[in-house]
Amino acid sequence: MHSAAQPAPATTADTLLAVRDLNAWYGESHVLHGMAFDIRAGEVVTLLGRNGAGKTTTLKSIMGVIDKRRGSIRFQGSELVGLASRHIARKGIAWCPEERGIFASLDVRENLMLPPVVAPGGFTLEQIFELFPNLKERLHSQGTKLSGGEQQMLAIGRILRTGARLLLLDEPTEGLAPVIVQQICQMIRRLKSMGFTIILVEQNFHAAATVADRHYIVEQGRVVDEIANEELEASMGKLHRYLGV
Amino acid sequence: MAEIFGIPAAALFGQLLLGFINGAFYATLSLGLAVIFGLLNIINFTHGAQYMMGAFVGWMLLTYLGIGYWPALILAPLIVGAIGMIIERTMISRLYKLDHLYGLLLTFGLALIIEGLFRNGYGVSGLAYAIPPQLSGGVNLGFMFLPLYRGWVVVASLVVCLATWFIIEKTRLGAYLRAATENPTLVQAFGINVPLLVTLTYGFGVALAGFAGVLAAPIYAVNPMMGSNLIIVVFAVVVIGGMGSILGAIVTGFSLGLIEGLTKVFYPEAAATVIFIIMAIVLLVKPAGLFGREA
Repeated sequence: MHSAAQPAPATTADTLLAVRDLNAWYGESHVLHGMAFDIRAGEVVTLLGRNGAGKTTTLKSIMGVIDKRRGSIRFQGSELVGLASRHIARKGIAWCPEERGIFASLDVRENLMLPPVVAPGGFTLEQIFELFPNLKERLHSQGTKLSGGEQQMLAIGRILRTGARLLLLDEPTEGLAPVIVQQICQMIRRLKSMGFTIILVEQNFHAAATVADRHYIVEQGRVVDEIANEELEASMGKLHRYLGV
Repeated sequence: MAEIFGIPAAALFGQLLLGFINGAFYATLSLGLAVIFGLLNIINFTHGAQYMMGAFVGWMLLTYLGIGYWPALILAPLIVGAIGMIIERTMISRLYKLDHLYGLLLTFGLALIIEGLFRNGYGVSGLAYAIPPQLSGGVNLGFMFLPLYRGWVVVASLVVCLATWFIIEKTRLGAYLRAATENPTLVQAFGINVPLLVTLTYGFGVALAGFAGVLAAPIYAVNPMMGSNLIIVVFAVVVIGGMGSILGAIVTGFSLGLIEGLTKVFYPEAAATVIFIIMAIVLLVKPAGLFGREA
């Protein structure tokens, strides 16, 4: 277990993303206070924590869609802090925001085709439909006319097309029926088996436990603990204390 | 002579044609405003001045460089649009994080400056611009005499408006534009250069105004104030159609031109005010405009 002082994890050769001493602000409000963690290629890692702990802000900071950030975020060795979000996306990072960001003035097909391909090896439309058959039948519906689950599938499906290998998924199971949650978790395991690296923000750690390799506990804008998925059962008491559930 | 509702048919159709022509300008100009407002959230008060610049650039190309109407129809919108993009990059782009009011004040001030400069250089009496020889004269349609150039104005505006609608609603570029109108942050996070898209959109909206200006040059005298006279009505059209609606701007522009033309026939006293009366009614009944989405 790491202490609250956060010794920087040793960066190893397969580290895909290294976050160090990350601070972030919304206007005047200081939200991240020295966030630090590592993600290795091919891992699924969750950020767990209470509301307002800074999980979503961490994803937004990686993506560069926040007012102000300081510190270091290195992706494949290159620094992301200081880059505009469109350049970050072009490096092969894709973000699925918590509010899903489905465009009302675009139909399902246009929503799917919107994010430009940034690297070879992305999903074809056929592969996306195989993963999410519902979308194929709704291609010409207005994006926001879909059910919540379908919108989530659309929001994830469209970033799979881009060829990005690091996916930032912000609460993909939030507010969805259990059967849809299962489907999304299944999809995440499938993506992992295909070699995608995923950072998952979750409130629902039961769902997270079925897909993740490791969990970072986020409190007051920093990582306060790290739990390997195998230790999750044994760490339940601790986890309940952290999450206040 | 044939009469319809007690009005000589020729007079009726003549006014309808005039209405259609005015409608063509309303549609093209309000379309540009709608495109700009949609993505930039700026009410472009410089629009009338940019329309006037289109007419002047056309006149200058002919007078100083001997470049005729047809090349000017392409060149003048490009030039005016390029100037618009410079204005967007250097000035308007600084205001996006501020209240709407600042954009309104800036573009209004720019309109006054541009019109002042042209008035200083060319006076206010107006400069003549000849109808291109291919379109001079007219045809007798039996029920009315149609000056060819006026027919051309209606057709050209309609084609440009529909092409704009097609680009925005049916193409990939248009999908970027619509998406960026809704959520620019997310579109940018997908790797799309939104600031560039914004600049191009402003340039395009302004180019539409420039295009209308060249179309107008042979009909109305090329005059520094030609834009400010028209733009007030165009803003009323935009309010009626609903800010930011593409199809709404086109349909409302043409219909209001027609309504204005009909009013001239049946109750000429109200011709100058009918659009504003309709605007007041629409604001009372449907504040977002006939085609606008409720905020």
